[in-house]
Amino acid sequence: MTACQPFVRILILLAILTSVAWPGAADPLLRGTGDLGVIIERASGRIQIVETSQATKLTEVTGLGDLSHASVAFSRDGRFAYVFGRDGGLSKIDLLAGRLERRVVQAGNAIGGAISQDGRLIAVSNYEPGGVKVFDAISLELIADIPAMTDGVPSKVVGLVDIPDQGFAFALYDAGEIWLADVSDRSQPRVRRFAGIGRQPYDGFIVEQGRYYIAGLFGEDGLALLDLWRPDGGVKRILDGYGRGEEPLPVYKMPHLEGVAVAAGLVFLPAVGRHEVLVVDSRSWQEVGRIATAGQPVFAIARPDGRQVWVNFAHPDNATVQVIDVASLAVVHSFSPGKAVMHLEFTPKGEEVWISARDDDRVRVYATRTLRLLKELAAEKPSGIFFAARAHRIGY
Amino acid sequence: MWRAAIVQVITAGILAALSEPAVAASEPSGARQAQLLELLKHDCGSCHGLTMRGGLGPPLLPQALATIDDAVLIETILDGRPGTPMPPWRFQLDPADAAWLVKSLRAGVSP
Ligand code: HEC
Repeated sequence: MTACQPFVRILILLAILTSVAWPGAADPLLRGTGDLGVIIERASGRIQIVETSQATKLTEVTGLGDLSHASVAFSRDGRFAYVFGRDGGLSKIDLLAGRLERRVVQAGNAIGGAISQDGRLIAVSNYEPGGVKVFDAISLELIADIPAMTDGVPSKVVGLVDIPDQGFAFALYDAGEIWLADVSDRSQPRVRRFAGIGRQPYDGFIVEQGRYYIAGLFGEDGLALLDLWRPDGGVKRILDGYGRGEEPLPVYKMPHLEGVAVAAGLVFLPAVGRHEVLVVDSRSWQEVGRIATAGQPVFAIARPDGRQVWVNFAHPDNATVQVIDVASLAVVHSFSPGKAVMHLEFTPKGEEVWISARDDDRVRVYATRTLRLLKELAAEKPSGIFFAARAHRIGY
Repeated sequence: MWRAAIVQVITAGILAALSEPAVAASEPSGARQAQLLELLKHDCGSCHGLTMRGGLGPPLLPQALATIDDAVLIETILDGRPGTPMPPWRFQLDPADAAWLVKSLRAGVSP
């Protein structure tokens, strides 16, 4: 113990010295988190904490379980990252201290999570047993349990997002329903159900800071739209029959709707089982176009200013990324950032995008204006990339 | 009647004798097995979970598959299950690959 102390001191000194390399952070604890983020190393149960100003890795945190399909929400002070693992693990990471603060395994099989409007509650959606559990954001103590049971049959829960007025919205894959949970009385959530929304909703997202909740359907061509300002109007179908009766292609990876691009009054949606991004007007909810793509889109994400939409694709086209110019609704750039592109995340104002290439064990950083590669970071089987700027966005 | 039955037994015997070594002989090579494991973990894992504990697709753990025949599982992998998200993999996997995947799943693939 004492023998290694000088060594530890040198390490600490080194850490402090290297920390001088990023601006305004001579003391690693005296810094903001606005430019911090998390990279999921899915196969290793590990995350990296990174900063985007110099594009460097700061540290890593291990022991987080099965992180396939893991997602992250941030506390409103931007200090903590809540990592939702596939194995039901909910881990609270202190970004500044670079350590695991708390961890609970809350279900057998989880799919995602969200943080409430007031930042005090964490909701986790589960496949097994299907439902939503609500935790205290500080202690991770269980506060409420919302089993997704319809007529005694459990459902997998997908598309969980926070919505205005201290609520959460989510969809039931097996039952084909959308539920809104009001958690303003934290231990007594009040649930409002919308049944018959269509077959196999597989994910959901919000548009216009929480005005609309939309669930994508796997079992039908179309999406289910709920106007949260007028929930009494019920769920409407949009893009009904967008496949025009053609057989969809087999889907090797489900599209992800979190972060769906909304730009210039248009919503850019990955078509299920088709090599297309569908463009819908967010006022009339009519289709205004479709853009042919290199494969089946997984993520279609808008640069924060809305000028570009970046798209990645399912296996076997997952080495390609395409950039759609929103002004002309055309693909203006196709390139390969690496093998098995899993995710893209923009810096808060969008001048750079970070892209994970799982099978290259790399995260690559591109300038979105010039499309030039700026930097490469090593990461083991990286998947999701999440920046702390998400802390202040609704529906993430 | 009898003759037919005897012929059947003999044919079954011949078929078994023929097919057993044939399947064993076509077991994927070591390099292929490594590829298949990667595919299983990452591409199948995106729906079934990296550790096969289930996701949008059901768990593929040994106990979950115990009551389902090899033939059904192999066919599911090669041809998918229409009407569900389970896609066909025939474009990338041959029957020997699928059989090996089922064997590995039954043995419990390590995460
Ligand atoms: C896009 C999602 C998805 C992907 C990718 C996927 N599966 Fe599936 N799989 C499913 C679903 C959903 C089911 C359940 C189908 C049903 O309801 O009968 C299933 C069922 C199965 C079954 C039958 C299990 C049972 O209990 O009947 C096997 C075996 C299987 N998948 C193996 C695989 C393998 C091997 C791969 C990769 C080569 C794979 N799956 C990739 C979604 C997927």
